[in-house]
Amino acid sequence: MTALVVDIREKRYPAVGRADAAVALRDLRFEAASGELLCVVGPSGCGKTTLLNIIAGLDRDFSGRMTLPPMAKGRPAIGYVFQNARLLPWRTVLENIELVMPPSEGRRRRALDLLAATGLGDVAQVYPERLSVGMGRRVALARAFAIDPQLLLLDEPFVSLDEPTAQRLRLLLLEIWGRQPTTVLFVTHDLREAILLADRIIVLSPPPARVVASIPIALPRDAQRDAAAIEAVRRQLLDELGDSFGTL
Amino acid sequence: MCFPMLHRSVWPYIASIAALLLLWQLAAGWVDSRALPTPMAVLAVLEREVTSGALPYHLAVTLARVAASFFLALLIGSAIGIVMGRSVLIDRLGDSWLIVFLNLPALVTIVLCYVWFGLTEAAAILAVTINKIPNVVVTVREGARAISRDLLEMAQVFQLGRVRTLRHVVLPSLGPFIIAAARSGLAIVWKIVLVVELLGRSSGVGFQINLFFQLFDVAGILAYTIAFVAVIQLLELGVLQPLERRANRWRR
Repeated sequence: MTALVVDIREKRYPAVGRADAAVALRDLRFEAASGELLCVVGPSGCGKTTLLNIIAGLDRDFSGRMTLPPMAKGRPAIGYVFQNARLLPWRTVLENIELVMPPSEGRRRRALDLLAATGLGDVAQVYPERLSVGMGRRVALARAFAIDPQLLLLDEPFVSLDEPTAQRLRLLLLEIWGRQPTTVLFVTHDLREAILLADRIIVLSPPPARVVASIPIALPRDAQRDAAAIEAVRRQLLDELGDSFGTL
Repeated sequence: MCFPMLHRSVWPYIASIAALLLLWQLAAGWVDSRALPTPMAVLAVLEREVTSGALPYHLAVTLARVAASFFLALLIGSAIGIVMGRSVLIDRLGDSWLIVFLNLPALVTIVLCYVWFGLTEAAAILAVTINKIPNVVVTVREGARAISRDLLEMAQVFQLGRVRTLRHVVLPSLGPFIIAAARSGLAIVWKIVLVVELLGRSSGVGFQINLFFQLFDVAGILAYTIAFVAVIQLLELGVLQPLERRANRWRR
């Protein structure tokens, strides 16, 4: 079942000050199947965050069409893990999670379960400013899952973390996603990360960005954690796609 | 000695007040006139006024006026400040009005309110409120402009809605600005309330001071002033500062 249809004809940023008007996205089309984990890769500055903001409904100034998963009522719940954690500094970790959840009997229980699953059980009552960057990202991840999203957007959520921490968080993402399947759009400029996580990789061109390739990853889930297997797929992809990857 | 922390923070305060009293005593002894009574003479008047019940009554009346206009100004000023800080259009439309009201002398507002609405309690409180609102607007508008766009986007994506966004995102980020407005507000409001009472009320500290002024009774004036400043200091230390600490407890 198709969960998401993106058909952007054009997204243009107006000229500001000395910067000229720029076309960020043009004729960018793809679909995501329900429950699919889709990684979007592309050179930095190619408009990946712009794409996510359009899908999240934060940016409505574009021409084209966007269809979200159908819902019984209202807008579908979208979980968004931003590049920075964007936690409310004046609310504790637990309050930050509970705040986005619809009020219900078991809300606190469920928030605490999610925090325990992300290894944050001990800091539930702590204010976010006391957390490390990695812990903040984990809270943001837990918050995105807390709303049972029909669509989960992640914008380079593990960038600028040390590699072991980033790897732990990737596996954590896969683990929660395995328990709570949902359609995922994961933006990254790290091809290895994409191969590790994705059912399918979408490759964007430099701006104005469009989809240059859509590559299913055939590796079984277990093998996806194997560094050698990932490296082999990466070389193969780079050979096939040549220059369009740039420095990925 | 048992509370070295308390001891260390309190003694400069006590010493500076003692120094002030000493200076006052010396000056009063030097001048030796009814125009500058000694601290002890003022204390005697203070005691007399407290036991007669006059001072507690007028103090309470004035405090009630301060409280009413303070909260009204804070509420209305914050609402206007938030709207102006968040909407460029409304900010442009309202900015010249704001400048007019900021530069309107307190005395003019008071006199006009009394002329237009009569020598009533409502006119008195309205005059003080109108005087204070522009300062609150300016401070809170700065705060509203500084609200993190990142957090507002987060609230939008997670569908917090207007009420919860206001409560959990907007108001907490405005907290320090509203408290700053409240602290400077308290200082301005109580001074203006005294003028309002002097010009058109028959109760309150301002009214009493006017009475003592006509009698050239400086001891009376100082007794009321000291009592009132002490109460305002207590409010600042006992209410506003703890509130500020509470609003900032999340900071590292």
